[in-house]
Amino acid sequence: MEQGAFIIVIPMIACLLAWLMMPFDFRTNTTLRKRALVERLNALLPQTQCGKCSYDGCQPYAEAIASGKADINNCPPGGDETIRNISTLLGRDMKKLESEHEQQLQQHVVLIDEQICIGCVKCINACPVDAIIGAAKQMHTVISKACTGCELCIAPCPVDCISLVPVNVEIKKWVWTKPQPEFEVST
Amino acid sequence: MTRELHSFPGGLQMPTFKTLSDQEMSILHPLPERLILPLQQHIGIPSQPCVSIGDKVLKGQTIARAFGYVSVPMHASTSGKIIDIGDYPVPHPSELKAPCIVIESDGEDKLFDIRPTNEYASVDPKELQDVIRECGIIGLGGAGFPAHVKLNEGVENAVDTLIINGVECEPYITCDDRLIQEKASYVVAGTRMIRHAVQAKHCVIAVEEDMPAAYAELEKLIDDDIELVKVPTRYPAGGEKQLIQVLTGKEVPSGGLPIHAGIVMHNVATAAAVFRAVTRGEPVISRYVTVTGLVEKSRNLQVLLGTTVKDCIKACNFEADENCRVILGGPMMGMHVTNPDVPVIKTTNCILVQENIPRLPEMPCIRCGNCVDVCPVNLLPQQLYWFAKTDNTEASQRHHIFDCIECGCCSYVCPSNIPLVQYYRYGKSQIAAEERRRDGADHASARFAARNERLQKDEREKQSVKEEKRIANQKEDKQSYINAAVERSKAKRALNKKTLEDTNKDD
Repeated sequence: MEQGAFIIVIPMIACLLAWLMMPFDFRTNTTLRKRALVERLNALLPQTQCGKCSYDGCQPYAEAIASGKADINNCPPGGDETIRNISTLLGRDMKKLESEHEQQLQQHVVLIDEQICIGCVKCINACPVDAIIGAAKQMHTVISKACTGCELCIAPCPVDCISLVPVNVEIKKWVWTKPQPEFEVST
Repeated sequence: MTRELHSFPGGLQMPTFKTLSDQEMSILHPLPERLILPLQQHIGIPSQPCVSIGDKVLKGQTIARAFGYVSVPMHASTSGKIIDIGDYPVPHPSELKAPCIVIESDGEDKLFDIRPTNEYASVDPKELQDVIRECGIIGLGGAGFPAHVKLNEGVENAVDTLIINGVECEPYITCDDRLIQEKASYVVAGTRMIRHAVQAKHCVIAVEEDMPAAYAELEKLIDDDIELVKVPTRYPAGGEKQLIQVLTGKEVPSGGLPIHAGIVMHNVATAAAVFRAVTRGEPVISRYVTVTGLVEKSRNLQVLLGTTVKDCIKACNFEADENCRVILGGPMMGMHVTNPDVPVIKTTNCILVQENIPRLPEMPCIRCGNCVDVCPVNLLPQQLYWFAKTDNTEASQRHHIFDCIECGCCSYVCPSNIPLVQYYRYGKSQIAAEERRRDGADHASARFAARNERLQKDEREKQSVKEEKRIANQKEDKQSYINAAVERSKAKRALNKKTLEDTNKDD
């Protein structure tokens, strides 16, 4: 009877010792590792804070992916590139962008029609990156270099003076086209 | 003493088609009516216009200033009137428009007041560099890197060997060959000046084996101070890193510069331009351009910068239509332009007109490995191809995609007709675009964080003001607070009255 107890107790003590001998942060690593994962996922997102993924911003979406609540293909401004990067990080299969979203092929910024603007400050309050300048009853304008094209300012405008315009392609930012072969190996 | 020559990996031996254009004496291209001068003809930051529309300018006058260190000024190619400063098509694979200055020629070709520098040997190397920069000299071999930057590297680091590159390895192109044959004295004198500017211990002029006439011309002029070397004809022996390997046996490491091996290299045309700049103060406003291929009369032209490609082709009795395609540069590395109205710029060395034959269809890669054998920089082209095709930017960087010199040897030998170089160019520009997007995201996230902090601070302040008011209301008896205020006001009034009476008394 006593021998039987030893058989159970000794391995238990050994396990406890092994656990104690681990470095401290290794023991508590579930939270640490998750936080690090959220940070790495967030770094892969485009930081437009547009909320098109149905979360409040990029960080909350990263948290949702990390905890398995959200899929990896819900970020339209990031598109295929972001999905690919996340799938590589998580070791998952590449996916197509969720069909409810529209693929954004060209970068856009917003433009305020200054003749129509009444200076209501509603768009300024909506902009997540402080890219709109102006004050109450003064004309507003967009700092196009800081604008991420998230479109969050368009809905609040009471006079519909904000429109989405494509960013001009300069030679410096031009990208070579990918060759499109007529014949492909079917896999 | 003859230099022991080494070799580089891979490379190709192929038909050169040089005899088409290297027999004829070059001719001056007639003065065009209009010249289009792009503000960016070099690698680096575009220059900034310093003239306005309607201004009269003289030939050689500065019309745009250098902006930043890696930039050079630009000069008027002829005398006339500035008729526009705006976006025009430029020689670039994107076929996009870029800022240009347009000059309407007055036909007089009147020269601006230019100042020569006498006795370069007694001039400080630093001053010589400034002269070279002010004359807008960039690498005229094709890359277009501002020459003064490479000279400055030499002043800061010890230069063992200065190499003047006359190895024109790409098929069809003969502009350097003709330049040496016709202006050998410029090349040799310019070489000595560059040598002085970088204080190089040794100096080599390298030409290809199949340029005997140019070799003979140079041989007449050089002394013991310059070594003249014939390099075996093999493409791409004229590439900077490949020529260094051939002449010295040293390999420039990945991501490194020739100066790290104690070497500075310049093109023969750059040397000739340096001679003109120093002895006559003449800026770079014209260059030798080979016009060859289908044209009736293949030859080299001395073209004013800003002349359109169409004019150059016309000068060789040919009219480019949709049955032919125009390539700027050589057949291996050149770019196809569909708009013949683009201007000749400082880096345009050749205009090649070819028959417009549709490309053979791209077939699947069969992993034959031919591309690996010919790659002059020891890369794995077929791996890079897969990575670029699948947008795997991380893996292509790990396989050193940026060491690819885009020489086109791999595409040339590919039995499946895969446009490999185009894949690498796509891959490289994709990596750059990704980096830009990442920078943009960092910028946005910093602004987002700053905004949140600001909103939180505002909220905190609002709360604390509220809290203070609440505490004040609670603590003090309201009536006593009012009484105290009344007392204070009474005292003040009394004091005022008293001082008024005092002043009245004094009066």
